[in-house]
Amino acid sequence: MATANKTRPSMGVHRRDQLNKILVTGFGLFIVLMFVAPLLYMFVTGLKSYDQMNDSEVPAIWPFSRTTFDYQGTPLDLYKLPTANGTKEMAMLKPGRTESVFIDPQNPVAGPITWQGNWRLLAPIYHSDPQWKNFIQAWNELNFPLLLRNTLIIALTGTLGAVVSGIIVAYGFARFNFRGRDFLFIVLIGTIVLPVQATLIPTYILYSKIHWTNTFLPLIVPNFFANAYNVFLLRMYFMQLPRELDEAAMIDGASPIQILLNVILPQSIPAVTAVCLFHFFFAWNDFFSPLVYLASNSKLWPISVGLQYYNAMHGRLPNLIQTGALITIILPVTIFFLAQRVFMQGIVFTGVEK
Amino acid sequence: MKADVQAIGSAQKTTKKRQGHSAQNRFNTKWGLIFLSPWIFGFFVFTLIPIIATLVFSFTNYSPVTPESTVFVGLKNYSDMIADKNVANSFMVTIKYAILALPLSLVFGLLLATIVNSKYLMGKNFFRTIYYMPAMIPVIAAGIIMAGIMNTNTGFINMGLESVGIPGPDWLNSTFWIYPALVLIGLWGLGNLMVTLLAGMQGVAKELYESAEIDGANGYQQYLYITLPLISPVIFYNLTMMIIGAFKYFDLAYVLKNGTGGPAGATNFYNLYLYKNAFQYNLMGFGSAMAWVLFIIVLALTIILFTTSGRWVFYSGGKQ
Repeated sequence: MATANKTRPSMGVHRRDQLNKILVTGFGLFIVLMFVAPLLYMFVTGLKSYDQMNDSEVPAIWPFSRTTFDYQGTPLDLYKLPTANGTKEMAMLKPGRTESVFIDPQNPVAGPITWQGNWRLLAPIYHSDPQWKNFIQAWNELNFPLLLRNTLIIALTGTLGAVVSGIIVAYGFARFNFRGRDFLFIVLIGTIVLPVQATLIPTYILYSKIHWTNTFLPLIVPNFFANAYNVFLLRMYFMQLPRELDEAAMIDGASPIQILLNVILPQSIPAVTAVCLFHFFFAWNDFFSPLVYLASNSKLWPISVGLQYYNAMHGRLPNLIQTGALITIILPVTIFFLAQRVFMQGIVFTGVEK
Repeated sequence: MKADVQAIGSAQKTTKKRQGHSAQNRFNTKWGLIFLSPWIFGFFVFTLIPIIATLVFSFTNYSPVTPESTVFVGLKNYSDMIADKNVANSFMVTIKYAILALPLSLVFGLLLATIVNSKYLMGKNFFRTIYYMPAMIPVIAAGIIMAGIMNTNTGFINMGLESVGIPGPDWLNSTFWIYPALVLIGLWGLGNLMVTLLAGMQGVAKELYESAEIDGANGYQQYLYITLPLISPVIFYNLTMMIIGAFKYFDLAYVLKNGTGGPAGATNFYNLYLYKNAFQYNLMGFGSAMAWVLFIIVLALTIILFTTSGRWVFYSGGKQ
């Protein structure tokens, strides 16, 4: 009886569900298109030459070049010319408003042919001509290997410091209850909203006094003293691990350090991986700190600063700038596609459970 | 097994209450502080002392070029700030951007999260990955790519607008359109907002929707009266971070206009102007005053948002 009642209206419901599926998925795909369009722009523009970029008559967004015919040593643009025997591909020797002179590429010895009409109404002939050499040029002009090396040094050592110190401090907050702990935790969380500018000038002066400016040290060393996001995420993870194993280990005489290394850490691989990824990407993206601390030593610039400088210097060559942007995003985007599951879980941990 | 553990637990509790109480406390305090020490040290050296030092510097005319002639100038930097038209302008720029960016980002983030949470969406993982992906593009590269797509000659946006007969604006060189342009760039990288809102939505108990369905609530009503109130803490958290983020805004303004603050000061964000004063004009005393004002603003905003949150944020476990 109940099933009979349910199946009857579900015929209509089923059809409406199908419609909703098409509508929602269609709208979703529309947004996908909008989200991918900038990347498509970067890719095709990065493959164009300067002339290709500025050729407004080009029929599509792909890098096309005008097809030419070599006539007595000069390349002539080919046009589609309407003739008595249908459209013919002809090389234009001399454009004119009322009559133009063409060469038949099939039969150049026949000499110039005069055609009556405005050449501007003729469609030029294009062929696909992507400039793969842009990659080599942008790679060299950016000095990408050096930028990559600097970025990796900063990001990897910084990640090591952030993860090790994050684990230690998070363990202290998660497993040891003492007077003042909760207050300290609020102070820690408060530092999340603290703008870096509030501490910037004195730390900059301090670093320049001890000759740390124009070295990697200001970008690396502070990470070894734990950061609120990482501690927050790791503490949350540690707290949901069962205490029984800790207590069993303690009864067996294990010290807190041994418990952290042998009991807590082996169970926390996902959280530690997430923190590694977060910090690595944070350091990879960071622009402000390297701009401040490495401004006058371009040999130490990371990708972010190098790319911005390249952009500022090559304002007249937007195609190469797009090639440069493409070169710099390949690695982070690839890592993201490989590790997205861990990554998104980590965001949920830090962003929701507050 | 479980009973054993509980027995140990309760035994510990009783010992804790009696003679073991202080020993246990001492143990916890000692080890807790040992493990917290890296952060406590870092907090003093990299946060607390520098904040106070910033305040001290803000009363001086310190310049790294002529450090020997540093003197206390009282409140001069602060009165200079009030007199400086560029400071007032940088405030207005920041607020204009925030007023436009906050609601649009929130609505668009909710839209993305709602789509990827919809039971009607086929191939959810594909959509989640693609929607999140721009957030992984380093901000400098993202700025360059989006500046390209907004290019008046070759950019897709104006090409699309022109194909339907609308003349596209000069996004990055107009004192008006630069703000929508910055917001658009921000919308492209809303992955974190989407993921946190999505997690909030998935945390809402299914039973609530089922009983609402029985009561005859349609999908729209369910969204308005169940989903939104229940994810309001997540919305609140993100809103707080976005407001503070507006006062920290720097990277995109710098890369799009090469740090000039143009057109006509329209991207001279507070933070960018602070940076220029401290590191380009070497006015570190003035920069410190700006930094302290920024610190106070952020602190005040945070306090206001958190003290009023009880009125409009719904916490399912009662007030937090």
